[in-house]
Amino acid sequence: MRMPNSKRYYWRKSKNIVMTVLCLLSVLIAVIPLFLIFSYALSQGIGALNLDFFTKMPKPVGESGGGMANALVGTAILIGLGSLFGLPISIFTGIYLAEYGENPFAKTVRFLTDVLSGIPSIVVGVVAYIMVVLPMKQFSAFAGGVALGILMIPTATRTTEEMIRLVPHSFREAALALGIPRWRVTLRIVLPTALKGITTGILLAIARAAGETAPLLFTALGNRFWSTDIGHPIASLTVFIYDYAKAPFEDWNRQAWAAAFVLIFFIFIINLIFRFVTRGRYAGNGH
Amino acid sequence: MQEMVIEERRADVPLIISSNRTTERTMDVKVATKNVDAFFGKTQALHGISLDVPRNTVVAIIGPSGCGKSTFLRCLNRMHEVAGGTRTGTIMVDGDDIDHYDPVVLRRRVGMVFQKPNPFPTMSIFDNVAAGLRLNGMVKKNTLSETVERSLRQAALFDEVKDILDRSGVSLSGGQQQRLCIARALAVDPEVILMDEPASALDPIATAKIEELIQALKKNYTIIIVTHNMQQAARVSDETAFFYLGELIEFDETDRLFTSPQKKQTEDYITGRFG
Repeated sequence: MRMPNSKRYYWRKSKNIVMTVLCLLSVLIAVIPLFLIFSYALSQGIGALNLDFFTKMPKPVGESGGGMANALVGTAILIGLGSLFGLPISIFTGIYLAEYGENPFAKTVRFLTDVLSGIPSIVVGVVAYIMVVLPMKQFSAFAGGVALGILMIPTATRTTEEMIRLVPHSFREAALALGIPRWRVTLRIVLPTALKGITTGILLAIARAAGETAPLLFTALGNRFWSTDIGHPIASLTVFIYDYAKAPFEDWNRQAWAAAFVLIFFIFIINLIFRFVTRGRYAGNGH
Repeated sequence: MQEMVIEERRADVPLIISSNRTTERTMDVKVATKNVDAFFGKTQALHGISLDVPRNTVVAIIGPSGCGKSTFLRCLNRMHEVAGGTRTGTIMVDGDDIDHYDPVVLRRRVGMVFQKPNPFPTMSIFDNVAAGLRLNGMVKKNTLSETVERSLRQAALFDEVKDILDRSGVSLSGGQQQRLCIARALAVDPEVILMDEPASALDPIATAKIEELIQALKKNYTIIIVTHNMQQAARVSDETAFFYLGELIEFDETDRLFTSPQKKQTEDYITGRFG
């Protein structure tokens, strides 16, 4: 074997080291803000983080203590409604785009979905305001759910499509060759194979929706009282943060930080689940 | 090439048919194709293929890569059109024109085994074999497990997997996976089995098992196998068709085709002068 030309060899080696260091540096720079936000929210909010915070209602203005139980439940309801409105549309659209998506109509839909993902969330909020709040003459959890549902559509649709496309064509052919009708092939063979990936997309969409404030401001509005009625305004973590952070009371600010920490933690957990679910996504299909 | 004589006939009555077969003889035709042209867009992949496959025989299709072997096979169960291809000419199974069938119904009669083993990754061994039945509406537990066992036995796999039926199909070895795919195809009780290079991804021992299996299956099924491997064609088939550039060059009894080919191209190919 020929020995490497040592001068060029070491030149290449050193270039490699420089690039590796640069990459690591970039990673650090990217991760630092995350840690700063996480630790700052925790340090500022820790004083307000206690059992009351999760189980009690907000106290009237001027009184200290209390919690945000209604906002926790509200966010859960809003995400639930958003998923209910957004996910079925997303999943069926994703299936359509992946399985039947080579015609002009599907290409237009795909393009519009991408456009939708670039629309500011506040605009989506305005749309929900006009479509739901104005006709119902009422701010409501329902309207908030519609806004969040619309916001979930692009991520969930495109991930569903991508994941279904990843299913090797050989499985579809094998199933069709068994005399299984096409819709059943999609439903029983293709969809289960892509399920992990689709779950991923759904979790990401939920995480994105959970962090939205702007579209909720003029749809779900916010509520200082306990409400699970989807026809009425409802509290949410993000709007709670928005209100409490700009309030002139120190313990409200602290509670806003605590709520921010809880929200970040929740999204962190969703991402962890997502990591867990997608672990070994390709281990199962024999390729 | 000789002109093919078309006759009105009943599927179960043997008759003398003269086709482009080099030698004429009595046979009971299971699959008959006449002037089949196949296209991918504007590219013509098959040129006027007329070929009659006798019942309960193994017919091998050989030829160099890109000669249309697989395309021809995929025309027979209308999988060619799934990939966006088009076809003209008639194909009959038991005298029934396959274009008059719903492809779904046709594919239950004409099963297929692919080159690469492709068990469904989300299903257990049992569910893989049961897939064709279950997804066609058969759900009775007893019949289902009977059929699964029968199919696995026919595919010579039952003894190896009888204790691990609930394990994932992809946990098996490549050769076992391919036999699982054969069992899966057998479970829907087809009459014809198409095999597209079923052993090309397998080691010699697994290949030998598949070949043995093909011989055993011949009793109950009509088998058409595409293969790159001429020794394999010689070992497993009763008749062999040689395709070249989308045309059927020669079709004859395997022994005769390999020992005294009538066409120069066939001879060149089987003696390794090209392809």
